[in-house]
Amino acid sequence: MIMESAAGGRAPAVEVGGVSRVFTGRKGASVTALDDVSLTVAPGEFVSLIGPSGCGKSTLLRLIADLDTPTAGSIRVFGKPARQARIDQDYGIAFQQAGLLPWRTVAGNIELPLELHGAGKAARRARAAELIELVGLSDFAENYPDQLSGGMQQRVAIARSLAESPSLLLMDEPFGALDEMTRERMQNELVRICGETSAAVVFVTHSIPEAVFLSDRVVVMSPRPGRIRDVLGVGLGDTAERGENLREDEAFFHAVSQVRELLHGQAPTGARGVETR
Amino acid sequence: MTRTAELAPPAAGKTRPTRGQARRGQAQLRRILTGALGLIVLAALWELYKLLGPADGVVVGGTTLLPRTSDLAMPHLWVMAERVLEPVTGAAAALPLWLVVLQGSMFTLGIAAVGWLVGVTVGLLLALLMQRFRLAESAVLPWIVLSQTVPLIALAPLVRRWGSQIEVGNFSWESWMSVALIASYLAFFPVSVGALRGLSSPDANHVDLMHCYAAGWWTTLWRLRLPASVGYLLPALRLAAASAVIGTVVAEVSIGLRGGIGRLIVEYAGAAGGDPGKPWAPIFGSIAVGLLAAGFVGLIGLFLRRFRRGEVAA
Repeated sequence: MIMESAAGGRAPAVEVGGVSRVFTGRKGASVTALDDVSLTVAPGEFVSLIGPSGCGKSTLLRLIADLDTPTAGSIRVFGKPARQARIDQDYGIAFQQAGLLPWRTVAGNIELPLELHGAGKAARRARAAELIELVGLSDFAENYPDQLSGGMQQRVAIARSLAESPSLLLMDEPFGALDEMTRERMQNELVRICGETSAAVVFVTHSIPEAVFLSDRVVVMSPRPGRIRDVLGVGLGDTAERGENLREDEAFFHAVSQVRELLHGQAPTGARGVETR
Repeated sequence: MTRTAELAPPAAGKTRPTRGQARRGQAQLRRILTGALGLIVLAALWELYKLLGPADGVVVGGTTLLPRTSDLAMPHLWVMAERVLEPVTGAAAALPLWLVVLQGSMFTLGIAAVGWLVGVTVGLLLALLMQRFRLAESAVLPWIVLSQTVPLIALAPLVRRWGSQIEVGNFSWESWMSVALIASYLAFFPVSVGALRGLSSPDANHVDLMHCYAAGWWTTLWRLRLPASVGYLLPALRLAAASAVIGTVVAEVSIGLRGGIGRLIVEYAGAAGGDPGKPWAPIFGSIAVGLLAAGFVGLIGLFLRRFRRGEVAA
């Protein structure tokens, strides 16, 4: 099941140009969440945003998703303004919380975006069945979310984000609430799914191995104000070739330590370890 | 969403329905038995106190704490029961008491239902308005709360007087409409507050998701906010049903509408001196009306079961 990226190939999937986002508090106190951030994501590319809490990585994702508007700068998705891209459903999104509607079955949840955008019943059914199989939940199509484990719920959320075959996936720590083992399995599956759908992905995480394992490029961010410190090309091979073995690979460990050094950056406070989940 | 994030082993998902149903059935049986037991205990307490309590009641420092146990103040339960089967008055054509009370109950139930419907509609509309416009919430909500502090007794004559001035074509305002209006005045309050809470209950997560789907306010309302509010709405509807019944009974008395339970309660209270069993009949009638109203809302809940999955089974 290979989907074409509908973006026409030319325009970058995401183009962030000189974006700042300042949150203004009650008493005039303002917090600069993002300061002059620029980033380009090519079609089909997997880019991770990593950094400590408060570095603005989630803010950046929300700006791309047009859940928030930048104070300055421009954001284009497939050459369109972010708002237009949202209205045109050019991206699929998954959050840290699966966010399934408890009164809908697994199939019903996956069908939700299709239903909202007027897809016919038969087409919805077929697409949902396809996606349920893709995420390996065929036995659970008619179950309700409260009957599923956290990992299974997250898989449903990912299937839902893929429902309209978007050429861009936005993921905000989708595996953040999962245990280590489930997490690694989900990462393997995500690599497989991305290989099959050839969608571009912007992936927010605070786990270094996760970012390295999944990404073509890792964007390392620093907090207060949120800035891009460095961008590291990982390039551990084609998504199709990535598998469990990669985690034991020399190049993998090398990239992990590179990202870690970048994260600690100019302030080598060795005691403050970064989580190495 | 924290509840749904809990890990449930996949195997349990499949075996749960049958075992869960059996357990639920048992729990339901136990609930019914407990309820019945409560009634029996109440009846036993009544008779026990009547048997053992002092004839003049328990009086401490001039204040009566517990009632007198005379047959006049506390008739035996079977006296009440027997009285229900006898005719209302000594007149030859008199109907049996239970039939009169039943007719009164139906009359009251009908008015309460109208009041409930009007109250629920108004309450829902107010909640929608407050959910849609933040300004409306801060402007309207305090008045809604304040409205409930106005005593019904003060309201009833006003409503009747205003109502009597309404006459449009063939339509003329009748007393029972005033009663229904007062009932709705009590009923709308829990609905508006409960529905507002329910409509604002979806997580930021879900609201964001609908925004991502470019869903407008109405779509979000229909697909997300209304289904999410069911768990808050049902208790509010039940409360509104009870309020509507109470409002109807009280308003019947204040407005002086004949034919309902409220009137019977006042009328028969006067007969208590010679006929102590009689005043209890309409009281039980009003309890039955309240239970029926609450049961009806329970029935609505049964149809909306799907939207209550998140709730922990009681």
